[in-house]
Amino acid sequence: MLDAAKPVARIDEATGRHTTGHEWDGIEELNNPLPRWWLYILYATIVWSIGYWIVYPAWPLVSDYTRGVFGFSQRAAIIEEMQTVRSQRDAQAQGLAKASLEEVRNNPDMLKLALAIGKAAFGDNCASCHGAGATGQIGYPNLQDDDWLWGGTLADIERTIRYGVRSSHSETRLSEMPAFGGRDGLLKRTEIETVANYVLSLSGKAFDPKLDLADGAKIYAQSCASCHGEKAKGNREVGAPDLTDAIWLYGSKPEQVIATIVGGRKSVMPAWEERLDATTIRSLALYIHSLGGGK
Amino acid sequence: MSSSQATPTSGLDAPLYEARKKVQPAAVQGRLRSIKWIVLVVTLGVYYLLPFVRWDRGPHEPSQAVLVELAKSRFYFFFIELWPQDIYVFAGLLILAAFTLFLMNAVAGRVWCGYLCPQTVWTDLFLAVERLIEGDRRDRIKLDAAPWSAEKVVRRATKHVLWLAIAWWTGGAWVLYFADAPTLILDLATFQAPLAAYASIGVLTFTTYALAGWMREQVCTFMCPWPRIQGALTDKHSLAVTYRYDRGEPRGSAKKNSALRAAGELAGDCVDCNQCVVVCPTGVDIREGLQLGCIQCGLCIDACDNVMSKLRRPTALIGYDTDENCQRRSEGLAPQYRIVRARTILYGLLVLGVGLGILAALSMRSFTGLSALHDRNPLHVQLSDGSIRNGYTLRILNKRSYARRFRISVEGLSGARLEIVGVTDGDAIPVESDDTKELRALLFSPRGARPEKSQPILFRIVDVASGESASAHDFFRAP
Repeated sequence: MLDAAKPVARIDEATGRHTTGHEWDGIEELNNPLPRWWLYILYATIVWSIGYWIVYPAWPLVSDYTRGVFGFSQRAAIIEEMQTVRSQRDAQAQGLAKASLEEVRNNPDMLKLALAIGKAAFGDNCASCHGAGATGQIGYPNLQDDDWLWGGTLADIERTIRYGVRSSHSETRLSEMPAFGGRDGLLKRTEIETVANYVLSLSGKAFDPKLDLADGAKIYAQSCASCHGEKAKGNREVGAPDLTDAIWLYGSKPEQVIATIVGGRKSVMPAWEERLDATTIRSLALYIHSLGGGK
Repeated sequence: MSSSQATPTSGLDAPLYEARKKVQPAAVQGRLRSIKWIVLVVTLGVYYLLPFVRWDRGPHEPSQAVLVELAKSRFYFFFIELWPQDIYVFAGLLILAAFTLFLMNAVAGRVWCGYLCPQTVWTDLFLAVERLIEGDRRDRIKLDAAPWSAEKVVRRATKHVLWLAIAWWTGGAWVLYFADAPTLILDLATFQAPLAAYASIGVLTFTTYALAGWMREQVCTFMCPWPRIQGALTDKHSLAVTYRYDRGEPRGSAKKNSALRAAGELAGDCVDCNQCVVVCPTGVDIREGLQLGCIQCGLCIDACDNVMSKLRRPTALIGYDTDENCQRRSEGLAPQYRIVRARTILYGLLVLGVGLGILAALSMRSFTGLSALHDRNPLHVQLSDGSIRNGYTLRILNKRSYARRFRISVEGLSGARLEIVGVTDGDAIPVESDDTKELRALLFSPRGARPEKSQPILFRIVDVASGESASAHDFFRAP
């Protein structure tokens, strides 16, 4: 083939077929024609493609593209589809906005919609602090459990979400744990250690037997009982946590409890009213309530 | 090979695309042809009439013996009702079909292709219609060559209308398997049926008409993968439609060969009458040996037997035999038929095993089911009183055709408390007939119980009325 001579075709003896005349290292190519209907299908697809160019957007131009006689646009189609979904949802969600939280909870259809909206909104807005499973972390409450600083009824939860905790909103939930150590200097270091030991004993946690629990109880009665209650059961009016239960928002190791008493805690939950619509906030409340710990 | 050994011209002039060499098979009568008619009537009869067989399933279920109900994801087959959970039965049936095909191949080659394949059956039917309208091979060839006349137009049009009618009814029968047949027919006739039904009928009408009317043997030789696969499943002991060349060769005219025979010289039985070729629906010459185009329908056997009978020669010059035996006979050895051999025994046992497996699975299938899914995030929750909570999604299956009530309990966790959301403690849970119910379950381990990090537990449901029960394994996770 080097001299580009015209290929010489012949009839192959073994098969009785024509060869194409192409030959490589002694291997010749047989001419096995395709069936003609195959060819016609190829022609049909070419004709089809021309129709497609005319009907749909097809050819890229310098700064634009051919629009096609239908003016079809994938972007417009998806926007239209999303609007349809949104308007369908709006009709259902209107009932959600009007009914009371209890009514929604007792209506399986409305509840299903609310939980779906709530779950999606939770993933978008809440999961970054409270975790995808709503189990929280140190300083961010676990929303799956039954311990609620500000109450775990549907109304309590909704209010907490709406106005936040220590947020900029005027209706915000607000509690101040003083910094008994450094800044406010209300207690001495040994007193803080003693009272920390005492409250740890209340919830059945490991404590240091060398420190006097009776002393701790005295210090507690003077400095802590006004907010956390005489029996240390906490007070949801002011968001003071129960110190006798098994749940410790900032950790239950002695050094963690001491750090809390020394410096106080000031973590913030935003007021979601400024960012989410009422239906979404209600749906969130219902979703969080449904996680298993709601009261 | 005779036709392709034309005068050698330059291959460059050979066509790039080949026009179809139209096959016009002639009618033939005989044993195998009769078998093919019977198979055709039985298989098409089953296909077209099965949707009309009734089977009473009570007031809530459709009373159709064979029904694929897509909306509820149910498949009804006489006394069997399959749920998506029973998908393994379908898998088993597919495996069974594959092994049966293997066995058929190992015993008698492409029996599937020649007798049972839908392409063969419908093509046969379409050819019969064509023969009825346009006459046999000779008439049809003549009609093809004839110029267009009123008679030709009428014959052609009649044929295509009949073909389309059959194709349309084929598509129509298909959709009847997906809804209550009499209702659907009424809906179709009054244009009330879903668009999907009309679309399915349209597509199947077109494919049946195109494949059985126009494509015919081209489907087998160009489009179908089976010939390639089936070749690999056949060995030298498998029966195949075989030209017994040991007896047929050297071929010659009847007169010449009988003269040779009278003179005590070597002469074969094949009189080169070409009948085996003209009756072949794929247009192959079986005397060239086993080949891809041969679907082994055996019509050449009937044609050859008819000729041999007329010539008063023994029949079965073409017959179900093996190449091996032709070889043995020409060496003077007795032919050997080995139907029972390692391969067929193995395939037979596999068919039997899978079949029994399906039967066992069907007969031991439960009408009550429970599945449990542990919450992934979080795996466990510590509650304020020190107890630990795990969440589960439970799903109760009631495959009976009546509503039932179940009680749920849990085993394997000491002191456990089970709470089903929305269900008052201890109440039985109602599940509708032929339905599932999803429940959210919360399982508590009391303070101080100190369960293992991962403790196996067992959920159990008991039918209040019958005591029938089902259970599901899961785990209780703790910190």
